[in-house]
Amino acid sequence: MTSTTTDARRSFRFPLELQIEPRMDSPRWLAPLVSLVAVLLALVMGAVVLALVGGNPFRAYAHIAGAAFGSLGVFSDTLVKATPLIFTGTACAVAFKMKLWNIGAEGQFFMGALGASIVILAGVVSEDASRFVTLLAMAVAGALFGAAWGFIPGILKARLGVNEIITTLMLNYIAFALVNYFIFGIWSEGGFQMTRTFQRAAWFPRLSDLAEQFPIMRGLTTHAGFIFAVVVAIIAWYILFRSLWGYEIRLIGDNPRAAKYAGIKITRNTVLVLMLSGGIAGLGGMSEISGVIHRLQSSISPGYGFTGIIIAWLAKLNPLLVIPVSILFGGLILAGREIQPAGVPRLIQGIILFMLIASEVFLRYRVRLVRRTA
Amino acid sequence: MDPIIILHAGLATGTVLLFATIGEIFAERSGIMNLGLEGMMLIGAMAAFSVTVATGNGWLGIAVAMLAGGALSMLHGVVTIHFQADQVVSGLALTFLGVGLALVLGEGLSKAGTISLLPRLTIPILSLIPVIGPIFFTNQSVLVYVGYLLVPFSWFYINRTRPGMHLRAVGENPSAADAMGVNVYRQRYAYVFVGGLLAGLSGATISLAVSPGWFSELTTGGLGWIAVGLVIFAAWNPWRAAFGAYAFGALRRTILDIQGPQLLLGLRNPFFFNPYYGFFLQMLPFVFVIVVLIIGSREAVRKRMGAPAALGLPYVRGERGL
Amino acid sequence: MDNLIEMRGITKRFPGVIANEDVDFKLRHGEIHALLGENGAGKSTLMSVLAGLYRPEAGTVLVRGNPATFNSPRDAIDLGIGMIHQHFTLIQSQTVTENILLGLDEPRFLMRLSRYDKQMAHIGDQFGLQVTPDAKIWQLSVGEQQRVEILKMLYRGVEVLIMDEPTSVLAPQEIDELFKTLRSMVAEGKSIVFISHKLHEVMTIADRITVLRQGKVTAAGIDPATTSKAELANLMVGRKVLFELEKIDREPGDVVLELAGVSADNDKRLPALRSIDLKVRSGEIVGVAGVAGNGQSELGEVITGLRTCTSGSIRVNGKDVTNRSARTSIDFGVAHIPEDRTHVGTAPNLSITDNVIMKKYRTPPIARRTLLDRDAAQKMAEGLKAEYTILAPSVETPTRMLSGGNLQRVILARELSSEPTLLIAMQPTRGLDVGAIEGVQRMLLEQRDEGAAILLVSEELEEIFTLSDRIVVVYEGEIVADGVEADAAKVGLLMTGGSHEAAEEHAA
Repeated sequence: MTSTTTDARRSFRFPLELQIEPRMDSPRWLAPLVSLVAVLLALVMGAVVLALVGGNPFRAYAHIAGAAFGSLGVFSDTLVKATPLIFTGTACAVAFKMKLWNIGAEGQFFMGALGASIVILAGVVSEDASRFVTLLAMAVAGALFGAAWGFIPGILKARLGVNEIITTLMLNYIAFALVNYFIFGIWSEGGFQMTRTFQRAAWFPRLSDLAEQFPIMRGLTTHAGFIFAVVVAIIAWYILFRSLWGYEIRLIGDNPRAAKYAGIKITRNTVLVLMLSGGIAGLGGMSEISGVIHRLQSSISPGYGFTGIIIAWLAKLNPLLVIPVSILFGGLILAGREIQPAGVPRLIQGIILFMLIASEVFLRYRVRLVRRTA
Repeated sequence: MDPIIILHAGLATGTVLLFATIGEIFAERSGIMNLGLEGMMLIGAMAAFSVTVATGNGWLGIAVAMLAGGALSMLHGVVTIHFQADQVVSGLALTFLGVGLALVLGEGLSKAGTISLLPRLTIPILSLIPVIGPIFFTNQSVLVYVGYLLVPFSWFYINRTRPGMHLRAVGENPSAADAMGVNVYRQRYAYVFVGGLLAGLSGATISLAVSPGWFSELTTGGLGWIAVGLVIFAAWNPWRAAFGAYAFGALRRTILDIQGPQLLLGLRNPFFFNPYYGFFLQMLPFVFVIVVLIIGSREAVRKRMGAPAALGLPYVRGERGL
Repeated sequence: MDNLIEMRGITKRFPGVIANEDVDFKLRHGEIHALLGENGAGKSTLMSVLAGLYRPEAGTVLVRGNPATFNSPRDAIDLGIGMIHQHFTLIQSQTVTENILLGLDEPRFLMRLSRYDKQMAHIGDQFGLQVTPDAKIWQLSVGEQQRVEILKMLYRGVEVLIMDEPTSVLAPQEIDELFKTLRSMVAEGKSIVFISHKLHEVMTIADRITVLRQGKVTAAGIDPATTSKAELANLMVGRKVLFELEKIDREPGDVVLELAGVSADNDKRLPALRSIDLKVRSGEIVGVAGVAGNGQSELGEVITGLRTCTSGSIRVNGKDVTNRSARTSIDFGVAHIPEDRTHVGTAPNLSITDNVIMKKYRTPPIARRTLLDRDAAQKMAEGLKAEYTILAPSVETPTRMLSGGNLQRVILARELSSEPTLLIAMQPTRGLDVGAIEGVQRMLLEQRDEGAAILLVSEELEEIFTLSDRIVVVYEGEIVADGVEADAAKVGLLMTGGSHEAAEEHAA
């Protein structure tokens, strides 16, 4: 902005200024670069906080790296932690793609675990049924229970316009209480807060099962749930980007009015997509039961459902990208368990998400340093 | 199961919700949705408790708590107002951040403290009014009375003052307000900050008055999310917010008390220390919120009471024309 | 006398476009100065600089001989310059008085509205602008809302009033009223800048005219008496403008669209359509004339399945489509060019390909059972991109990056390529430059010649007159004339509620 007022009388002005203008093009390398820088900056900030609290950030981060990816055994554990994250991350990505804010992945995860457990504990499948039949029944139950937990907020939003953020959230707490009811009450094992251990047929096969043939597999805890998760993620990707339904979902997410104009039923898709999302999260719960915990107890998730939100965002709502991101976060959770104070992993996750969304501004605007026109 | 006691105790929890809800009403009226209430409340609770324990001064604790909440809210403000990021995701990030930060910084805080760290008051004449007196004006924490004053003040500010009119304008039609010289950015920052201050106060109320102490995440236990729901039920009106908040507080207390007596309304109490049914009672508050939301949503459709028109939409000074 | 306002060498850039390039503009005291140019010529941008909304990259602004810098609209208003935008800056849920007081430092804290209500009414009377101070904006008609906007400026003591396309929402008779108001304001000592792209209006009202074309001045401060419409059009567009399009007379064929007794409500649950009877035949363009807000939008929505009607029946090619879904409408071969191309017609972050298959994705070759055949979609998109000359880097470009004209071409490509039997075209040329307008109109005529039945809804009477085989006038949700002749005065009167007889008298 120029004027004919005497500039001479003004004090020294920096010869460069920031020029911000909307970006007209978007090179393909920009988005991943921006995300990467955001994550790195977030880690730096996390280090600062750690240092302030009296920890040694370098030792902590080195420890995390080693504890997550240092050896085959440790990497195997990371994959175990990544498995439920792939499920919840995919579940969130699918819902968010349609701008449905599913904050209830945690509750749907629990419901899936509950459903899978009911199959065993209520004797739906007999104790000596084959592994395949048992696992299949558990998976179906897990998916159904999770889908039901997605159906409720879906129908409330579709029919009554009720905000799904809050309903999905409230349903989390209701799911916890529901699971607790079963654990503490009906199926409590010896008065403890857990059920009996499930029969072998209800366990996912693990790499360590092959230890006799392949000694290297000894002690590796990675279980079939990981493959299951990857398959589900690929299917979800396929649905979103290669199917007609996925086209509808993406269109609704981008511009619901245009979708309506194109003849797409939004209410029906609201319910279906939340059911799909819930079902995927429910499968995650089933996978955790069959792969790791082998019983129903009150602590089956250190917040996988909520971390799934961050993963989905970091993966730009693409189920294929959810897989590597989940492995990364799986490592963080695994190693983070040993870090004091206990809130650190959550804090770092929060900083990462914040930096991510803040960094997105660079995708929409171009910032340049230009010579100030005198 | 004395109704007087239930309502009396309910006011305390209700006040916690009230502060958070009214703070969020201010923010949302200006057009910015801040879902990070849980995080800001937890930071406020931790800050209030640790400062009070360290200095022995409850008021200082409150002040620090409010500033902490306000500071945190500014992160959300910058990202949503200046960077135009999605408000929902930013709010969630703020929750993670706030909760994580509170847990980290609050590590090692002594969990002790059953006595209230703030004075309790009984208002002389008003406490003698039958029924209302013992509930509202007898032996309530100072903060509860602050809550009573906040409600009419908020309503008056929003609806009957000039700055309040500008607040409403910014939330309804920011480009119109901008064209008339109202600084939309500054207004939104200000009210997001107010929301943060009140959320911090809400947290302080928990850790200093309602359930004194620091119990990590359980300190807030989901109250922040319930406040978000109450804002919708309140139709962005402070009076309705008060009703919802106090009603919820009373419900909470009822759930606790209902498990005590052997007889309920003359019949055998099914909830009497029954571990099974206890869990269903635990669900009640959250079901209550969902029901309340359904009512609020249907009413909004029927009476055409809606959210501020520009809520959730980032405002950009129109570059390609208004 | 000296110029009241002088703008020298104003240059304003936006990413990818130079909106104003070295523009000079002078405004004299007490004149109505028209700023003429087609859509996108830079008129609004230039005046937005004057009104303090934008800061130019270069140039100076002089107010009463003194240089001025504006950091916000408030600075401009302090110097007596105020702008009334095309899209009103009013808070719907607040009252007239509250809107007028918006942004001011008074009242200090408490609002004592009753005192201000009286003040507003008084000022309104002073300038001949009647308003009800305690009415809420959403209760007012568009013309009344415009009066509130003007009052807003006058209350702030504005001396220079900039009006951006003020007649775009008014009927001919309301336009006369507005012109009367403008002249009386000038008599009270105000000066007015009148932004418009409508030649006949500018010739009527302006004391002087400045013409902008593609960001540059092609004529400055000329006297309308010394020029002609053709000359002005040339200055606006730079080439001979074809006012006539080749339209061959045809016998219309069978009835394609039939509405019988159709009534519907608008979003406010008030009646928008009252018992409409309408027929459109194949090979015929039926033009619906009317001031915006008289039911035209609802008419289009009801036919394409986007709104339910409360009574009556709608038939397409003999099949009943009353209150059936938008999908049914699409399946029956109804094409729809929506009014709002950015918020309804396209999905901004999706690619051109994704946007262009919006109606066809359920059928082969795009659909392969439940999957989307991306290669087929891409091939179709590329073909359409060439055929309809959509200018974009590739078919994968997100549509939010396209200009208005190209966006409309995407929509046309999508709708017209399916060889529709019935085409509902709602404001198809709104916001486009002359070249694009001609292109769209030509395409509509082509479709008509190939036998499509077209229902055309447009705010531009010229367009209705040029394209329509039959003209229908809608007023307050009713069809007040069916088959009226292309006479602006007659149609204008009908558009504002005058009866047939009055229309006949007026024309005579």
